[in-house]
Amino acid sequence: MTPILEVQSVNKRFGGLKALDDVNLTVMEGTVHAIIGPNGAGKSTLLNCFVGRLVPDTGTVTFAGQSLIGKKPHEINQAGVSRVFQTPEIFEDLTVLENVMIPALAQRDGAFRLHGWHPLSREAEIRDKAERALADVAMADRRNMPSGSLSRGDKRRLEMAMCLVQEPRLLLLDEPTAGMARADTNATIDLLKRIGSERNITKVVIEHDMHVVFSLADRISVLAQGHVIVEDAPENIKGNAKVQEAYLGGAHL
Amino acid sequence: MNTKTSDTLLLIVFSIAVLAGPVILAPFGAGYPDLLQKFAIYGIFAIGFNILFGLTGYLSFGHAAFLGVGSYAAVWMFKLLSMNIIPAVIFSVIVAGLFSLVIGFISLRRSGIYFSILTLAFAQMCYNLAYSVLTPITNGETGLQITLSDPRILDAAAEGQAPASNLFGLDMISTWETSLAGMTLQFNMGFYVCALILILSFWISMRLFRSPFGMMLKAVKSNQNRMSYTGLDTKPYTLAAFVISGMFAGLAGGLLAAMDPLAGAERMQWTASGEVVLMTILGGAGTLLGPVLGAGLIKYFENIFSAINDSTLHGVFAFLPDGLNNAVSAVLGLFVGEGWHLTLGLIFMLIVTFLPGGLIEGAQRIGRLFTSRSKADPQSGEAQSRPAPAE
Repeated sequence: MTPILEVQSVNKRFGGLKALDDVNLTVMEGTVHAIIGPNGAGKSTLLNCFVGRLVPDTGTVTFAGQSLIGKKPHEINQAGVSRVFQTPEIFEDLTVLENVMIPALAQRDGAFRLHGWHPLSREAEIRDKAERALADVAMADRRNMPSGSLSRGDKRRLEMAMCLVQEPRLLLLDEPTAGMARADTNATIDLLKRIGSERNITKVVIEHDMHVVFSLADRISVLAQGHVIVEDAPENIKGNAKVQEAYLGGAHL
Repeated sequence: MNTKTSDTLLLIVFSIAVLAGPVILAPFGAGYPDLLQKFAIYGIFAIGFNILFGLTGYLSFGHAAFLGVGSYAAVWMFKLLSMNIIPAVIFSVIVAGLFSLVIGFISLRRSGIYFSILTLAFAQMCYNLAYSVLTPITNGETGLQITLSDPRILDAAAEGQAPASNLFGLDMISTWETSLAGMTLQFNMGFYVCALILILSFWISMRLFRSPFGMMLKAVKSNQNRMSYTGLDTKPYTLAAFVISGMFAGLAGGLLAAMDPLAGAERMQWTASGEVVLMTILGGAGTLLGPVLGAGLIKYFENIFSAINDSTLHGVFAFLPDGLNNAVSAVLGLFVGEGWHLTLGLIFMLIVTFLPGGLIEGAQRIGRLFTSRSKADPQSGEAQSRPAPAE
């Protein structure tokens, strides 16, 4: 296995608060890597450093051999990194199918293309691709609905289809099951497992729900006060004393 | 009916309605060349504005600047090159495009209200410059006009009076009159030039709306954050929309000058920028046909309602007893003549409150009343529960 995402000595300060304190992290290609930690540990800050929303004060973030520091979000996406947000971010004014066609076009045509003269209806290939992605998340029957009227769970699945249609090398998921009922959570776990096995997409998951983390992750990094205190396989994390101390206040899992 | 067929149908119906304008509008007192030209020209202006505002949601409050710049550019072509309108109109589109590239590049660094304020500031700057510092180019308060002594290097020297603008010898002001059922129908050369360009503009805007580019512009309006995390650079998309709509504004400005070869700074004033916003919202922002309808409605009110005066009203209500006639005329008099803005304001309030989608939404609601009764199959039920796509 080769490393696909490497984070080396990343620091990030917000005024007096040290949000990330010398973070080191290596994600191997094709694995599911979970980042867990108590509230305010710096999980989201770290994720935002991967996608170009934040720039680390010092340190390097390398994706598939190229540095992500200073790159804009759209450039990082074009390099092969897609992101699912904590609250689904979709194009609510457009239909479900259009929502998936946009990322498919972005992948084919790049960050900007002035293709204003030929009709969208002639983009049969893009349409088919988008419909396959929708079928993957079991939403093909809703393709013509306005996406703003979907339920929250469906918006989440749509957002995943929007990421998957781009065939990313790395998929970042920020609490993909936040606010979901148990049944939906399990469905999401199954979906994420299925996507992983079929397409060899590397996934980095930030998650609070331990059930999700231990069902999905191949490897877990535990973040506390901006620092990675442990990185190990799930079975070793459960019994780790440092983790229980920092994350769970000493209680047993 | 699929989108392609219905679009073709819409384009055909639109073209017929526009070309038959002098006949259709004559019964409403609006069939004279000057007003017909304004309908077409401001329709083009609104179509262009709608590409920016209707699709991307960026509300420019300075589009009249591009209209004014287009007019000046056209008049300069008339002065220097030829009274043929082709070079004038092409030049006005190019100059307005360059202006909008610069102003758009700077203004699009911000979004929302800050973008609107920046465009407003730029337009007011253009307006004030045209009045003061740039007098050698704009002829200040008098406005730029053509004179007999202009070089016009491509034309033969004119004699007597300044020549009329033309299209390869066909004068814009030439009008063929006939009468039908007691009405005078006026078929004006200038109007038909504007009408053809309006149809062309409508077709271009339709292509843009239905293209991947148009969908990206709708995505800008919907969620810019998702767009950048989807690998799309929003800046060139918004800038392209801004420049395209600026070029349409320049085209409209050039045509205004082509119909009547003079250009004044008042065309660039902020009220003129506000007018195109009203036109677009009144007709239905983000719809294909709405802006043209809105432009027509506002220009109709401006020219027809403002022409009604007290004696017209007294004449209409002459059948009432004198006292009552005076009272009714006095009340209605507030809404016509000088008070036409009041009527327009009331209509605008009513439409924004009850039909946020503009006149087009009203038409769709009426249309649905009929179709929902005739078609009761489950398929149409699903189709109708969707908010109507941009027509």
